[in-house]
Amino acid sequence: MFWKTEKTLGFPRSLGIVTASIAFSTNLQAKQIDWNKAESFFERTSRFWQMQDQSVQIVVLGSILIGISCGLIGSYVVTRRLSLFGDTLSHAVLPGIAIGFIWSQSKDNPALLIGAIIAGFLGVTCLTLLQKYTPIRQDSALGIVLSGFYAIGICLLTRIQKMEFGNQSGLESFLFGQASALSINDIWGIGITLAGIGLFVLATHKELLISGFDPSFARSIGIHTMLLQYGLWILLAFCIITSLQVIGVILASALLIIPAATASLLVKRMNAYLFLASLLGGIAGLSGTFLSFLGQGLPTGPLIVLVSTFLFLLVLGFRPKTGIFTHWNFSRTHSMRIKAENTLKALYHILESQNFEKTSITSQDLMQRVGIGRGDCDREVDLLIRMNLATQRSTKDSSKLPGQSLITLTPQGWEYACKIVRNHRLWELYLTNEAKYASDHVHEDAEKIEHVLGDQTIRQLERILSNPREDPHGKLIPSLDDIEHGGIKNKHAAEEGFRYSNPT
Amino acid sequence: MTLIPEFNFSKVFLEPWSTSTLINWNGQIMLMGFMVCWTCGIVGSFIVIRRMALMGDAISHGILPGLAIAFIISGSMGLGSMFFGACIAGLACNFSIEWLHTHTKLKEDAAMGLVFTSFFAFGVTLISMNSHLHIDPGCLLYGEIGLVPLSEKWKVFGFEMGNRSLWTIGLVFCGVVIGTIFFYGPLVVTSFDSTLAKSMGIPVKATHMSLMLALALSTVASLEAVGVILVVAMFVFPPVTAAFFLQRLPTILIGTFPLGIIYTWGGFHLAYWLDCSIAAAIAVVATLLFIPACLLGPNGGILWRLKFKT
Repeated sequence: MFWKTEKTLGFPRSLGIVTASIAFSTNLQAKQIDWNKAESFFERTSRFWQMQDQSVQIVVLGSILIGISCGLIGSYVVTRRLSLFGDTLSHAVLPGIAIGFIWSQSKDNPALLIGAIIAGFLGVTCLTLLQKYTPIRQDSALGIVLSGFYAIGICLLTRIQKMEFGNQSGLESFLFGQASALSINDIWGIGITLAGIGLFVLATHKELLISGFDPSFARSIGIHTMLLQYGLWILLAFCIITSLQVIGVILASALLIIPAATASLLVKRMNAYLFLASLLGGIAGLSGTFLSFLGQGLPTGPLIVLVSTFLFLLVLGFRPKTGIFTHWNFSRTHSMRIKAENTLKALYHILESQNFEKTSITSQDLMQRVGIGRGDCDREVDLLIRMNLATQRSTKDSSKLPGQSLITLTPQGWEYACKIVRNHRLWELYLTNEAKYASDHVHEDAEKIEHVLGDQTIRQLERILSNPREDPHGKLIPSLDDIEHGGIKNKHAAEEGFRYSNPT
Repeated sequence: MTLIPEFNFSKVFLEPWSTSTLINWNGQIMLMGFMVCWTCGIVGSFIVIRRMALMGDAISHGILPGLAIAFIISGSMGLGSMFFGACIAGLACNFSIEWLHTHTKLKEDAAMGLVFTSFFAFGVTLISMNSHLHIDPGCLLYGEIGLVPLSEKWKVFGFEMGNRSLWTIGLVFCGVVIGTIFFYGPLVVTSFDSTLAKSMGIPVKATHMSLMLALALSTVASLEAVGVILVVAMFVFPPVTAAFFLQRLPTILIGTFPLGIIYTWGGFHLAYWLDCSIAAAIAVVATLLFIPACLLGPNGGILWRLKFKT
């Protein structure tokens, strides 16, 4: 049904897929949007993405700009360990907003902004004084300023609600944010803040970098670190104040921290970090606004935060090298490889014990050798077959146990098995000859290392041991020649002129 | 109507206690305020000496999704489900913060800010999605201690035990006091020197966990009264103010009791005068008391320091 809607609206197909998937995911969450309302729901979606509504344009523009500026300055907040400072600052502006409201008696007034700036400045001053002149530690000082200012703000807000003002309903929106109430003036404020942050970062990029990571060095080469810090604080305050309308007092710090924290997991260079953080902030702003546009009465701020948390979790899970899923996948394939190698080794040992007279191994032998049951055996052989290292066929001999099968190594499998056994035996020899281990103590160690020895180490071992033929237990080490030419000469077999040749 | 009404001593201080109905009503509010201040003060003392004041902030925000989910599943404000949800969410918040700052390169402050804002945003979204739940997010933020006498009656096996909110905070308060008395040693040693505690065979992790649990429990119990953000004021202000006058931890713990009484009494009458939220007024009184303590306190106060410097 919705493909039709999409075509009549002339949507690009990819955009349609994206919106549909977002729509589906919100549908799972939001109980109030049920399928009966689907029509209006998709209409809403299309209305949002076409952005013909001026109010939608303003809101989207506003939240993207806020996301970008928060991401940009948030990078410095996170690297300088100011995260909770941002949180405190955002709570501390509340009394300023309330007083500005009482002063101007309207919600859309620069008085609110001025009040917020003054209150934020007072908050920072209190914090600095507390830390400088009292033995109170940083965390308690932050808590004191945060809750003290917030309490005064709430006191004033509840007082305002009891007073007879005409337009007082909107003040609650400062707690959680209400993007739909953004006006064109707010956009100007946000835009100017972003421009200010951008200019500041461009102009003092090098100095900020040095003073952030090595303040004493920065001071020694004549950089005014305190000046830079105050500049950052002022911009941070502006950024928080302009974003209050969209994201609210309580969560304002989230948009500073989360995109920057996400970026810090991915990149190391500051330039890329700044870019990525602001990109993520912008994405979060856009999609959070979209989600809140879909439902009735959903606050924008929390949704923007949730989107950025979602992005953070994605990055946490799938980031290269250390991501949870990446790691899990790596260890899974790793353990699968080790399992396959151990089976190959067991197969080699069976062949060896039969003096390489047969070319295939019965599954019975494998089960006995490794000491596993039918199911495990089948699974391991399946793994080998999937990796194209062995083939399997059922026996024609009906006198044997039912379900028995013959396992035959492919050329690759044979080569691989030889390599593993070779690794194992070379290492054993190395331990006994060079490290002076007793020959009955070397097996466990070799059992572990055989899976990780690389080609180069093997060549080195060979050189040190001068191309040995036998391991400490008197067994033959499959030589390079054997591995490459697909055959092995057994001690006895060599005497009899028998040469095991690999089935092809 | 002006911002600050005219101050009238008899109206502010005597009127709330003029009739027996009013005494009963306001007495319950005061009792609630006392117990909230005491409970949070005791838990807060240990949190402040562990330099984890903002962990209190984080946990108190972080329990919100637990409460919301408990509401959604049980469909009512059942005590058991509320406490269960809050404890689970509080511990989850704590674990996520620790995991993030041990397993990634995020610093502790960033991890904290990230986790609690996300939890809080999740909780707020859940609540606003299920508008039929009749939870006012604003109320969760700054509480309404004035409505505590209206709280439903608590019934045990059909017996009416009285006001449920009061019973809840009372039980949590008793639990916290008993826990502090019994585990005072481990709590103190782990707070000041965790290596020594480990060598003495004290389970450091478990002590930490139970403190976090106590934090979550006292937050939930005070939720109706002061909300999730002002509770931070209740955690931080009593021990910090007391520490300007007293040096030893036991005296600080005892010092939170008179402070709690002053806070509640002052806040109640301030709110009666200004006609604003009582919980916020209690926190404002705490802030106002902190300022002279910080200036005049013999134990590190600013003026004393200046005097000794010259």
